[in-house]
Amino acid sequence: MSPGSAILAARAGSTGLAGLARRPVTVAAVGLVLLAVALVAGIAAGTVPIAPADTIGILARRLLGLHVTPTWTAAAETIVIDLRLPRVLSAMVVGAGLATAGAAFQGLLRNPLADPYVLGTASGAALGAAIAVLIPVRALILQFGLIHALAFVGALGAVLVVYRLSRVGASSPMTSLLLTGYAVSSLLAAGLAMAMYLSGAGLRQIFSFLLGGFDSSSWGRLAVAAPLIALASLGILLRARALNGMLLGDDAAAHLGVDVRRERAILLALASLATAAAVSVSGLIGFVGLVGPHVVRLLVGPNARLVLPLAALLGASLMVGADLAARLLGEIPVGVVTAVIGAPFFLALLRRTRSGYEL
Amino acid sequence: MIRLDGVTVLYRDRAALRDVTLQVDAGERVAVIGPNGAGKSTLLRVVAGLLAPAAGTVELAGMPVARLDRLAVARRLAVVPQLPTLPFATTVEEVVALGRLPHEHPIRGMRPGDRAAVAAAIERVGVGHLLGRDARELSLGERQLVLLAMAVAQGSPVLVLDEPTVHLDLRHQIEVMDLVGDLNARDGTTILAVLHDLGLAAHFFPRLVLLDRGRIVADGPPAEVLAPERIREVFGVDPEFVHLRV
Repeated sequence: MSPGSAILAARAGSTGLAGLARRPVTVAAVGLVLLAVALVAGIAAGTVPIAPADTIGILARRLLGLHVTPTWTAAAETIVIDLRLPRVLSAMVVGAGLATAGAAFQGLLRNPLADPYVLGTASGAALGAAIAVLIPVRALILQFGLIHALAFVGALGAVLVVYRLSRVGASSPMTSLLLTGYAVSSLLAAGLAMAMYLSGAGLRQIFSFLLGGFDSSSWGRLAVAAPLIALASLGILLRARALNGMLLGDDAAAHLGVDVRRERAILLALASLATAAAVSVSGLIGFVGLVGPHVVRLLVGPNARLVLPLAALLGASLMVGADLAARLLGEIPVGVVTAVIGAPFFLALLRRTRSGYEL
Repeated sequence: MIRLDGVTVLYRDRAALRDVTLQVDAGERVAVIGPNGAGKSTLLRVVAGLLAPAAGTVELAGMPVARLDRLAVARRLAVVPQLPTLPFATTVEEVVALGRLPHEHPIRGMRPGDRAAVAAAIERVGVGHLLGRDARELSLGERQLVLLAMAVAQGSPVLVLDEPTVHLDLRHQIEVMDLVGDLNARDGTTILAVLHDLGLAAHFFPRLVLLDRGRIVADGPPAEVLAPERIREVFGVDPEFVHLRV
């Protein structure tokens, strides 16, 4: 049985009211195992391979404080703790954040094509990073290099502009939001193109930000971004009820007790914050935030209470796996891996559920 | 149960409702009729608290709607939405379960009582044979019944319907109307419905409210409200045509 037909079978197998809880426990368990395997593999594999048993031993000793007699070299311990651990944890946190933000954007814009970058975060972050490269100043802001700090500011700034410009009266209708996001993104992309044209030797730096990656991950940067992503994701999860109400549109959501204008503003802010923090760590990595939530919806249905945590779990595993693949292939950009895996997978899903998406 | 007193609603400078006073008592079944642009849907939006009147007051179960938050309104009044599109595949039971949003635990979701209410609504509306199906693949008539089940699951004492029979063939129109009548007669649910079809309104509703250009021009039993002269005046058609259908 192919993975696609297994997904369809899992869906078809659920009828009756039991269908309200479509095997989310199984999916969560599989997701946790996947993540654990990806984490251990992500730490063990690399240019200097470290045996999985040693990897687990080092982690148990250093993180859990267990008394494990070392069977490994001190160098191996340094590689695991100072290089690989922050790297896989960064990938995990970014993957979870992007998938959560993607699920939130898809839900609140009621658009299956939405991803975390749809309202300008990507182009805002890219322009911010490019400007940082052009400025002849090197500053360290809260453990962030200037590139990452300005990417964060650019991402949030872009969404803020989009939100303000899309307001009609006191509210921001979703169509207006999407179109404004598109227009602002185009404008920022023009700015980015100009910056790249002017960047000279900095071009490679801008380009590597655009492609995304975890090769420069550090504990310091993770310590700033991870709490932001975790808090924003938790905040989104706590508003699952509002996202569920929005399934049927603004008016229906209001009739079901959702204060649509307020909830949409809060959700937009939280999802943008998670995206901006993720982008500031990793640069632009596509597809995880788009595909992750859709895969989860095919397995457990559209209930945001299930979709959000499970998408975070899947996004984390996918990103750790993609980073591992990127490393094993000789440090190619992670964004290339996620696109190469994500795009065909997404196409296959679309073909199998042809009636499954309408706008 | 519902009280509007001197309600005026403005869309920019145009008055969509002018000085509307209306009282619907608990357990009543009232249809709002009138030509396009008469203010029927505006009336429903004002009652549901989605639109604030420029003048006048709206009360729901003795409380001004303006002072109730969305959750409090949703627990007093359920609205059957006009056939919305769903962005993702959603099973029939997942749609019906949305009716429990105003009651479920804000964080943990549905409790056993909520599940029981969903099961009861599915049974009551008779959509059990549709369980497990993607709501987007159903016929329009089936979808309307599913949305009705969602509103029933909401368990509010007032049920509001905006053109519930539009898009439906005759059999489904009558099925939906029978069900709405039954919810009123057996469960005591107060019904306020906007209807285009005067025949359906006259047949299924003991009280009609006729709106014309934002004003209530008649309010009473069908025979009185649908007097030939008034039909000619408000709808601009030969009354014979309407009475053939009634």
